[in-house]
Amino acid sequence: MELTDIIVKFILVFIIFAISLVIAMYSTYAERKIAAFFQDRIGPNRAGPWGILQPLADGGKMFLKEEIIPTNASAFLFIAGPSLAIMTACIGSAVIPWGQKLTIGSHVIDLQVADINVGVLYIFGVVSLGVYGVMIGGWASNNKYSLLGAIRAASQNISYEISMGLSIIALLMVTGTLSLRQIAEQQHSWHWNILYQPLGFLLFIICAFAETNRTPFDLPECETELVGGYHTEYSSMKLGFYLFSEYINMFISSAVMATLYWGGYNYPGMDWVLAHTGPAIGPLIGTAVLFAKIFLFIFFFMWVRWTIPRFRYDQLMDLGWKILIPLAIANIVITGIVITLIK
Amino acid sequence: MNTFYFIAFLSIFFSILVITAKNPVHSILYLILTFFTFTIHYILLNAQFLAIVNFIVYMGAILVLFLYTLMLINLNKESEPAKSNLVKIAGVIGGCCFLVTIIASLKALGASPAVVLKDPSLGLVKNLGKVLFNEYLLPFEISSVLLLSAMVGAVLLATKEPKTT
Repeated sequence: MELTDIIVKFILVFIIFAISLVIAMYSTYAERKIAAFFQDRIGPNRAGPWGILQPLADGGKMFLKEEIIPTNASAFLFIAGPSLAIMTACIGSAVIPWGQKLTIGSHVIDLQVADINVGVLYIFGVVSLGVYGVMIGGWASNNKYSLLGAIRAASQNISYEISMGLSIIALLMVTGTLSLRQIAEQQHSWHWNILYQPLGFLLFIICAFAETNRTPFDLPECETELVGGYHTEYSSMKLGFYLFSEYINMFISSAVMATLYWGGYNYPGMDWVLAHTGPAIGPLIGTAVLFAKIFLFIFFFMWVRWTIPRFRYDQLMDLGWKILIPLAIANIVITGIVITLIK
Repeated sequence: MNTFYFIAFLSIFFSILVITAKNPVHSILYLILTFFTFTIHYILLNAQFLAIVNFIVYMGAILVLFLYTLMLINLNKESEPAKSNLVKIAGVIGGCCFLVTIIASLKALGASPAVVLKDPSLGLVKNLGKVLFNEYLLPFEISSVLLLSAMVGAVLLATKEPKTT
């Protein structure tokens, strides 16, 4: 690999990190504004015009709060918990193709950090690793509510990972590849995978809600039963990391859903646009389309949060094991039959 | 090669920490790190699929369940029963016998020349799938049936109702 390639990749990583963090920051603002809209309120409107400086004010508050590490907590793991949570949230973005190859002069820039040929499994691995941050933090706090939150997070993640994996298998039978770049390229213009896998997508998005601990699956931090759940003992920016990692997870899982099922950077009529704008501008329009899809998904996450109440724990387990897994297996069987019949 | 030695050192270091750690939860966390170094070993061997599956299945699922169980039963120094001296002596003798056996078998073993794979991309998903579903289809299917029957058996044992008559 040449030096310029390395520098370009480094800049790309930097930009993706910056974008993830800024989107996570403004998701907190969007969440409050959308909640206000759903509840017929105004929402934050004091910091800056329309309250758009609110995330900065929140961040400043988080940093200036007193840092508390409980006496009986295991200090190293107490700090490792939120760090792991935010790290696993950030590394998922490495394999997502953000756009077509960009050509500036003679340089061809690949808008994807790493095109590994097990990309889908990498995403899946990162998702399954995400629970450690919550578990370690909850256990290290040495508090019964935190421990209960951590245990709930672990069992919930394991249960929903199975149906998520099964729904991905049906998708892989259609695409025939594990590389996210190839999956995105196969969905050229309007051949989006959602047309072939509607049930698979439904299962995937339900599991994505469960894996990111969003309502109606936010049992690990259920405040009516567990005070604050796994982050009861956390204060200051360590709490901020936990909250932040949830929003980054939301952004990354929206990007994954858009890439796997909703065509990624593809849109109808993209060839015409590409021919008229040239190879330096055209791919960026595709990237903008991808981000529009991601924002729609983030809006959907928030819409559901302020519409549907939280599940009870036994309902959560029933849904995961008795409904989603049989449906996912049925989906695999149907997909297999249809593929065999067509061939 | 240097990378290999460094990672191998880390694997051994973390696995020693697994058995010396006083707290069982710390032990599991070191075990997670050990499995992570195994993943790196697989990547060094260009076995991408094996690496990522090791990552998902062992680190992401099995060890989460280990950690889950340990957190639930909450072992700590006070609640752990002290072992008698007899058990300790038996443990030391057993360990020494095992060490002697390993050393003896290592001495008997001649150093083999390094194996060079004919096809270095054997570990990629496509090639692995072809080999698995063509040459080794029967063992593959039999082992999956075996796993399924183990799972069904476990569920059956767990849900067996005691006879009320």
